[in-house]
Amino acid sequence: MSEMDDATGAAASPPRPSGDPPPATARSRRRGGTHPLARFLIRRILTAVLLAWGITLVTFVLTNLVPGDPVAANLGQRALGDPAIVAQWRAEHGLDKPLWQQYGLYLQGLVQGDLGTSQQSHRPVSEDLAEFVPATLELAGAAIVVSLILGVAFGVVAALRRDRFADHALRVLSLIGISVPTFWLALVAFYVFFYRLQITPGSGRVDPALGGAPPVTGLQTIDALLAGRWDIFVSAAGHLVTPALVLALYTIGLLTRFTRSAVLEVLGQDYVRAARAKGLPGRVILFRYVLRSALVPIITVAGLAFGSLLSGTVLVEAIFAWPGIGQYAYKSATTLDLPAVMGVGLVVGVVYLVINLIVDVLYGVIDPRVRSQ
Amino acid sequence: MTSRSVLDISGLKVSIGGREVLRGVDLSLAEGRVHGLAGESGSGKTMTGLAVLGLLPHGARATGRIALGDRDLLTLPPRELNRVRGGEVAMVFQDPATSLHPMLTVGRQLTEHMRHHLGVDKAEARARAVELLGKVRIPGADEAFGRFPHQFSGGMRQRVAIAIALACSPKVLIADEPTTALDVTVQAGVLRLLRGLCDELGLAVLLVTHDLGVMSAIADEVSVMREGLVVETGPRGQVLREPAHPYTRSLLDALPDSSPEPPGSAPEPPDARTDSSPDSPTGETA
Repeated sequence: MSEMDDATGAAASPPRPSGDPPPATARSRRRGGTHPLARFLIRRILTAVLLAWGITLVTFVLTNLVPGDPVAANLGQRALGDPAIVAQWRAEHGLDKPLWQQYGLYLQGLVQGDLGTSQQSHRPVSEDLAEFVPATLELAGAAIVVSLILGVAFGVVAALRRDRFADHALRVLSLIGISVPTFWLALVAFYVFFYRLQITPGSGRVDPALGGAPPVTGLQTIDALLAGRWDIFVSAAGHLVTPALVLALYTIGLLTRFTRSAVLEVLGQDYVRAARAKGLPGRVILFRYVLRSALVPIITVAGLAFGSLLSGTVLVEAIFAWPGIGQYAYKSATTLDLPAVMGVGLVVGVVYLVINLIVDVLYGVIDPRVRSQ
Repeated sequence: MTSRSVLDISGLKVSIGGREVLRGVDLSLAEGRVHGLAGESGSGKTMTGLAVLGLLPHGARATGRIALGDRDLLTLPPRELNRVRGGEVAMVFQDPATSLHPMLTVGRQLTEHMRHHLGVDKAEARARAVELLGKVRIPGADEAFGRFPHQFSGGMRQRVAIAIALACSPKVLIADEPTTALDVTVQAGVLRLLRGLCDELGLAVLLVTHDLGVMSAIADEVSVMREGLVVETGPRGQVLREPAHPYTRSLLDALPDSSPEPPGSAPEPPDARTDSSPDSPTGETA
């Protein structure tokens, strides 16, 4: 997080000319033997691995701190009355060992790709996740792509048309996006577009009559394209549109606001005025000079927004019967299916890590000052 | 004083939000001459410079005439004004730490407007840029081309900014407090460079500064501004030694130790006029 803050801070107010900065990286490049961007990347990845280990520890401890006995949640009344059955069930699931030993076993399994067996589905958790995670990634991915495109475009328009009609209209729109609760919006969208207007398909990922494309990536739309099944693609995309837009609206609002203020801030910078003084065309100034600098705070917010977007999927998936990880998490949590809960926690944590890693790398790509630090 | 006048500002008035910041400015810049524009902050020096390039802040209204040849820059259509900016009239800003884009290489910032205005190809633009970097005395010009602004010291950055301004061989250079943000040791080098380029390329330079020391070092003519008006204008020696206007006199008296101006004695700060072919950039490191 601290790198993020530094980077945003640097973008907001470029450093003053205080003394001489360190000499060129060209020299250090030769000395280190690796490209500065590569070294930057390696450092970030090593940190990410450490953090991933931290995530396993936290999910494991938190999951086991949850009040409630998995035995009671999983066995029936009669079985609970029989101490022998209870003891056998505990031994089967490794619950009779001390906690640190359980963690050791968990980690041991983890490095071999074994996340334990779900007590509900009686399948390996990894198999369950492989089935549900792609659905959520497809939904969240579509939502983040839509919100990046629309949010940044709206923000730029609002900044360039400052205090004019477009700016005011977009301000109202983004405030609505930020303040309307996702679950309510999901219900209303479902009711209006599916039930009343009947212009969108209902729940699920694809028309059941079509079956579905042979899984390659697990993303229904991509798989349909790979299989050349245009009909499945249309159906899958149609199913995706409403939940993705519902999910994206908050992020669109957020990104519109942030992009607007970031662009306005950059527009006031000396180097933008200097670019005008050079007689560069407005298009070049906007894309090369303004947007490039404004991107640093924008991707910071986008990275964080992706996190809240993931948590938003739980509600949206429930309402649109989207067979994703949100639904799976909900079911596992209510039945105290500990391996499944930990699996979900781990996946969400790793997704966060990857997003942060991408954001960090993007900082380095965009801003040479970050790379050379 | 016989050299050809390049840029003539007459009756320039600028108002921002109903407040008049320039109340009829007359200035004339001639080829190969440095015209110093002095005055306290808020007197309208910078606004005058910005008005020439049409870079006044949002909501500002300018009237009068800014003649570049037979064109009036104030009424020029945006497309043609854009061709003048950078191409015929260039500008160097006060703080090179903020006037260079931190995320673009020096080479890119040097060549993009060159390619736009002059239509030269990449290789030619690069060759010109490296030559320019050499001309502003940046050591290792070839390597400097690929570096980022933060990898240069303040003085070197301002040299880069000057190179950028000169890239399209403009006729007029507006330098807005070009040495104010720099260390005193570095100032002299940058001023010498400006003076040298002015003589060598026949540039008409408008040097905006509040620093009379800077002024006496390199200006040919000096104009003094106060509250949006030019109160005195004339050759440097005359204005600085025998100020006619009481305001100019009070400005000179306000200098810490009025060493430049014991009446009668010639101003002798780092005078670069005599040194028209400067060579060593003093006190600077790459």
